[in-house]
Amino acid sequence: MTQNGDNLLSIRNLTTHFFTEQGVVKAVQDVSYDIARGKTLAVVGESGCGKSVTAMSVMQLIPWPPGKIVGGEIIFDGEALLEATDERMREIRGNDIAMIFQEPMTSLNPVFTVGNQIVEAVKLHQKDKADQAWDIAIDMMKKVGIADPERRVREYPHQMSGGMRQRVMIAMSLCCSPSLLIADEPTTALDVTIQAQILDLLRDLQRQNGMSIMMITHDLGVVAENADDVVVMYASRVVETGTAKNVFNNPLHPYTQGLLQSLPRLGEKKERLDVIGGNVPNPLNFPSGCKFHTRCPIGCKDTKCRTQEPPLKEVTPGRQVACWHAEGYTETK
Amino acid sequence: MSDAKKNLVEVKDLKTHFPIRAGLLNKTVGHVKAVDGVSFSIEEGKTLGLVGESGCGKTTVGRTMMRLIPKTDGSFSFDGEEMFAFTTAGQIKQMRREIQMMFQDPYGSLNPRMTVESIVGEAMTVHRVASGKDRRDRVANLIEKVGLSVQHLNRYPHEFSGGQRQRIGIARALALEPKFIICDEPVSALDVSIQSQIINLMQDLQAELGLTYLFVAHDLAVVEHISDYVAVMYLGRIVEYADRDTLYDNPLHPYTQALLSAIPEPIPNKDKKRIVLGGEVPSPSNPPSGCPFHPRCPLAEERCKEEVQTLEGADHKVACWKAR
Repeated sequence: MTQNGDNLLSIRNLTTHFFTEQGVVKAVQDVSYDIARGKTLAVVGESGCGKSVTAMSVMQLIPWPPGKIVGGEIIFDGEALLEATDERMREIRGNDIAMIFQEPMTSLNPVFTVGNQIVEAVKLHQKDKADQAWDIAIDMMKKVGIADPERRVREYPHQMSGGMRQRVMIAMSLCCSPSLLIADEPTTALDVTIQAQILDLLRDLQRQNGMSIMMITHDLGVVAENADDVVVMYASRVVETGTAKNVFNNPLHPYTQGLLQSLPRLGEKKERLDVIGGNVPNPLNFPSGCKFHTRCPIGCKDTKCRTQEPPLKEVTPGRQVACWHAEGYTETK
Repeated sequence: MSDAKKNLVEVKDLKTHFPIRAGLLNKTVGHVKAVDGVSFSIEEGKTLGLVGESGCGKTTVGRTMMRLIPKTDGSFSFDGEEMFAFTTAGQIKQMRREIQMMFQDPYGSLNPRMTVESIVGEAMTVHRVASGKDRRDRVANLIEKVGLSVQHLNRYPHEFSGGQRQRIGIARALALEPKFIICDEPVSALDVSIQSQIINLMQDLQAELGLTYLFVAHDLAVVEHISDYVAVMYLGRIVEYADRDTLYDNPLHPYTQALLSAIPEPIPNKDKKRIVLGGEVPSPSNPPSGCPFHPRCPLAEERCKEEVQTLEGADHKVACWKAR
C-alpha cells in the first residue's frame, strides 16, 4: 500500500451486513484499504468472501432491505461518500467512479442498441455534450478496439460476442472519464485469448488517462500480471495486503500461502497439488476467533486462534497481515 | 501411443453437425460444424486432456460420445466394441454402465428435490444393480470414498457447498463402477482452494479404480497437471496432439503457442513474451477457408487460406504445415 496521502479511495473499517430471515449475514467486517492514484489494486478472494460487497458498498448499491452498511468510512478524493446525499451519489456514480461487471451478457439491455446505451450514459452525465453524444460513443468504441464502430454502434448486444460486449461495457464506463474504475471479475466469463486482449486494453487506457482501477478477481494469475497492490480477503475480512510482488513472493498469511501453493502452474511438474482442507465457511455461521482457523495448519491447534480474532496490523511498511502466527506480527501495535 | 498398452477408447473421424433451419418451411440452410473430424485414442487408465476455447466443440465431443447428441459421422470404439452401432435404448443403457459423465455446474447438475442417497443410488436402481439395504451400503461406501460422510446421505443438494456438490457428482458417476469417465469442465466452477481438492480426489480415484478419463477443460494449467496426453481443439478440429510434456515444453501449432502464452501466471513482473491474438473465434457455421485459424494466425500465408490442414505426425501430431 502506498503510504503517502496520495490515495484516491480510502476505505476505513467498513462493515456491511445483510439482515436475512435466516439471520445476519456479516458479509463485510471491518475492512480497510486504500487505492493509490493511477494504480491498480486487486482484491482477491473466494466466492462469498465479501470482495464484491465491498465494491458495491463503495458505489452504495447495496440493496436495502436486506443489506446495509452499518459502519465505517469511505473517503473518495477527500469526500466522505457515506455522508453524501443520494443526489450527490448519483453524480459520482458514472462520472467519477464507474463499474464493469463479470457478465457482459446480462449487464447490457437486450432491447436497445449498444450505441443507445452508451449515448444514454453520456447524456445523463455530461448534459452539455448531449448533441455530440453519438460521436462520443463512436469515438469510445474505437478507443476500446471495436473495428468498424460506425456500423457496430447500431447493433444489439446479442449480435456481439462476449469479448465485444465486454468492450462495449468498458466503453460505456469510460465515456465520462472516471478517476476510479471498479472492475468486478471483468474477464472471468471470457476465453484466455480474449482475456489477454481485454486486460491489455485496460492497461493501455489506464496509461492514457491515469485512472485507478479496483480489480476484483479470484484469478491469481490475472492479479500477478496486472495489479500494483493486492488485498486478500477471507470470510468477510482483509487478511493480508501489500504490493503484488511482496504478496506473491513472500505471502505472510497461511491462507495466502495455501492459495498460492494449491494452484496448478504451467510447467511445474508436481505429482500432487497441495490443498487447503475443508470448505469455504458459510457467512451465516462463521467460525469463532480467526475465521481461517478451521482450515489452517497452525490455527487448528492453537486456542488463541480459535477464540481471538487477530486484527489487521502493519508488519513492515506497506505490508499488513491479520494472523497471530505471521512473521513479524506483534500483539501490541 | 506406440507401446503395447491397450487403447480403451478409440474415436475416429467424429463429426457432429447441427442443422441451421430457417424460413417458413423450416428448411435446413446450413450446418454448424461443431465437431468436424476429430480422432483420438486413450489408453486404459490414462487421461486425455481436451482443451480449447468456448465454442471449439470440446464439450460436444464428450456429449456425442455419451450419445446425448446424435453423431453425424465417425466411429467410437470402446474396449473393442463399436459404440455407435448400438441403436436400441437397451443397448445404450448398457453402454452407460461402462461410460459415465461428470458435469461442470455443481449447482445445475444435481436434482434439488432428491436426497444425496437417491441421487447417487438412482443409477443402481435403474440398472438393477442394487436395492434396499445393499444400495444404501454401496452409496455410503461411495460417499465416504469421495470424502463426505454417512450423515450427508439424507440431505439435499442445497445444503452443500460447490466443492461438496462436485464430490456428490463424482460419487454418482462412480455408482455403476464405470471404466471410463467423461469429465466436462469438472473444476472450472469451483473456488481455487477447492479446485485442488477435487483434482487430487480425481487422481486418487483413478489410481485406485484404474479409471480412464477424458478431461474436457479450458484451463491449461489444470489440464497440464492431470493429463497424460493433451489434444488442443480449435473450431471443431484437433490442431495439436501429443503427450503432456512434449506439448507443453514444445508447442508447435501457432494456436497452442498463443494459448499458452496468454495464460496469466501467478508470478509478478515475470518477463514473458505474450502472443496476443487479434480477432475472435469465427462462427463454426461459417468457418474460414483453408486452415480455420488463418485469420488470427501470426504466421499465416497465402497457402493457409486455401489448403485444409490435417493432423499429421507420429507421436506429436500437428495440423499446420509451417509447424512441421
